[in-house]
Amino acid sequence: MNRIYEVMFIVRPDATEEDVDKLIEGFSSVVTHAKGEVTAVEKMGRRRLAYTVRKQNDGLFVLLTVSAEGAVVTELERRLRVTEAVIKFITVRMDEELKRQAKKKALRDSRVKRSAQPTYAAEAPATPAAVAEPLAPITPADAAV
Amino acid sequence: MAEEINTPAAPTAAPTQPAARTDRPARTDRPERSGGDRPPRSPRPAGGPGGGPGGRKFFRRKKVCKFCTEKIDAISYRDVRLLQGFVAERGKIVPRRLTGVCTTHQRQLTVAIKQARNIALLPFAARF
Repeated sequence: MNRIYEVMFIVRPDATEEDVDKLIEGFSSVVTHAKGEVTAVEKMGRRRLAYTVRKQNDGLFVLLTVSAEGAVVTELERRLRVTEAVIKFITVRMDEELKRQAKKKALRDSRVKRSAQPTYAAEAPATPAAVAEPLAPITPADAAV
Repeated sequence: MAEEINTPAAPTAAPTQPAARTDRPARTDRPERSGGDRPPRSPRPAGGPGGGPGGRKFFRRKKVCKFCTEKIDAISYRDVRLLQGFVAERGKIVPRRLTGVCTTHQRQLTVAIKQARNIALLPFAARF
């Protein structure tokens, strides 16, 4: 029963690349030890913060996409809170959202396929042929009249 | 509270004719105090149908929801550019009668903006 989470956290701007990598590794190991999976790591770089956080105006943003159970995320959040270099974090649960999007997409795709005639005719050659035949005798009759 | 309602109703009704009690329950603008009798007064143009400032114009602008037309599924807290279009100068969330967003998308937008505010991508209150 793995849920998908997006964890975004901000590291102090005066941290080096290595420090950031070390932090990421530390958090990833927390997840993998608890039989979770870190599906993606994205370092979004230095950004200006919209308001001062712990007397800092900039921060290094990191995004982790994690697939794990709820308890794992609780542990991860606890670690994030304790780490001094991390000044802010947010965890968003994504699996319901992704399911909803996939559903919408599937619905949209199925609708498109039906309106596109050529693919429909290719799939069922019998039905268009059957429809075409009765139409053919009608048109010469109309022309005669 | 009960005493306040009953005692003014009796003295104001007594000077006028007893039949007029149903017509105009009170001279002030607080008609519903007496209860069931609804005066035949049209409701004030409360905001108007389209939210126009005059209130009387009928559906001034048929704004369409940007997300519905462009078929944007996900409103994520991460795309700040998109969210900034729906946030006022001082950081407040713009009401949907001004932006024309539909209800479902406005709700998703609100959630995304609040998440973005929490992660310092958008301000809570700007330009003090």
